[in-house]
Amino acid sequence: MAKLIIPTPLRKFTNDQAAFESTGATVKDIITELVTAHSGLRTHLLDDSGNLRSFVRVYVGDEDIQALQKDHTPVGANDTVSIIPAIAGGKC
Amino acid sequence: MATNAIEFSKEELERYSRHLIIPEFNIEGQRKLKAARVLVVGSGGLGSPLLLYLTAAGVGTIGIVDFDVVDESNLQRQVLFGVENKGMPKVDAAVARLRALNPHVNFRTYNEKFTSKNALDIIKDYDVVADGTDNFPTRYLVNDACVLAGKVNVYASIYRFEGQASVFNYTGPDGVTGPNYRDLFPTPPPPGLVPSCAEGGVIGVLPGILGSLQALEVIKVITGVGVPLSGRLFLFDATTFETRTVKVRRDPANPLNGTAPTQTGLIDYEQFCGLGISERKEEPRVKELTEQELKSLLDNGADIQLIDVREPYEYLIANLGAELMPLKQVSEFASRISKDKQVIVHCRSGVRSAKAIQELEQQFGFENLYNLKGGILAWAKEIDTEVATY
Repeated sequence: MAKLIIPTPLRKFTNDQAAFESTGATVKDIITELVTAHSGLRTHLLDDSGNLRSFVRVYVGDEDIQALQKDHTPVGANDTVSIIPAIAGGKC
Repeated sequence: MATNAIEFSKEELERYSRHLIIPEFNIEGQRKLKAARVLVVGSGGLGSPLLLYLTAAGVGTIGIVDFDVVDESNLQRQVLFGVENKGMPKVDAAVARLRALNPHVNFRTYNEKFTSKNALDIIKDYDVVADGTDNFPTRYLVNDACVLAGKVNVYASIYRFEGQASVFNYTGPDGVTGPNYRDLFPTPPPPGLVPSCAEGGVIGVLPGILGSLQALEVIKVITGVGVPLSGRLFLFDATTFETRTVKVRRDPANPLNGTAPTQTGLIDYEQFCGLGISERKEEPRVKELTEQELKSLLDNGADIQLIDVREPYEYLIANLGAELMPLKQVSEFASRISKDKQVIVHCRSGVRSAKAIQELEQQFGFENLYNLKGGILAWAKEIDTEVATY
């Protein structure tokens, strides 16, 4: 199963779960499965039309899906998908 | 850079000898460092190790921008400062410490906020900029100023247990310029998705690690030794010790240096990050009272209910003996909130309590809720200085 790594700022929506395993065949499948399992993540990752938000980057391995086939990028069973958020510091 | 003319005293040669005996670094690398001018924006968690290592390594001129003063809560990670520096401007405390570390370095300090007005004027005198800031508006400002002025931006960022580092806007020996922050994150997260007080914090060692990596990249960029972290983003998760390095590419839609640039100057970054004045006006309007008014109520034995909507771990730092009802679950506590008495709601600084009041008013029709202006921080400042602030 492909492994999706959830970044720290989003773990409050996954009960502090740092990784999510999925059998999804594409990035879109996996993200859909993720936001179905953890509905609080939806607004953080997807806009109203269901597209990935521009401040969230998604990688398969070390490659940005924007440079591959975007949402439709295929994900193999041994791939690691990373959500990379913009972080600025620990200030409040 | 004409570095041949640069000479070293006996003390300097001895100080830098561990650099000089690395064959690919040698005295040429050290000359480049001495000729270099590096601007460090922010002298906090990232800036501390950055400044200590760049100073120790012998960068010739170091500029430090910071408008803040040293606070007790800085000392958990900002290893540049000590107890005796509390209340001092950070730039002054920093230079005193750094001069003691290496008298062969020239320091220039800017005890002011880095803004769209002064940024280009400040960075024009430097070769490399290191971004050690802690908020989105300043990160976009540092990036844009670097791209517009043609400076390398050595970047690192931290949050709780997670760190990122990269080298932006770096032009390699092949003349090709690498990506910048806008290629990675074209737009900032909306303010509602930026961590609030309840979600902030950082493990103290983490900025030490990331700031040290930044210092390393600054030195590599200056000396040309090794391959800088350009076109790549380094990620570190301290909880699992997992590290990843992913690719970052130029984006043709980058407004600064894409195929059809639309931005030729600096902009209002508070507004760009959704923190503009118009946004602030939309803050919930609720009834308020000051810490002095709360004190009189308590002193007079008024029959009031005091509610704290912070998280339990914040309550453990300091509290006013209020009933704890964290904002996230506040509606579930509605039945425990009086509809008759005057009810005072507080948090750390007054933002979350205003949200809680708005939510309770809308959902349950409360009309007796008052927000403590400035939260427990105002109470600690004006009424009881024994209350710890954070």
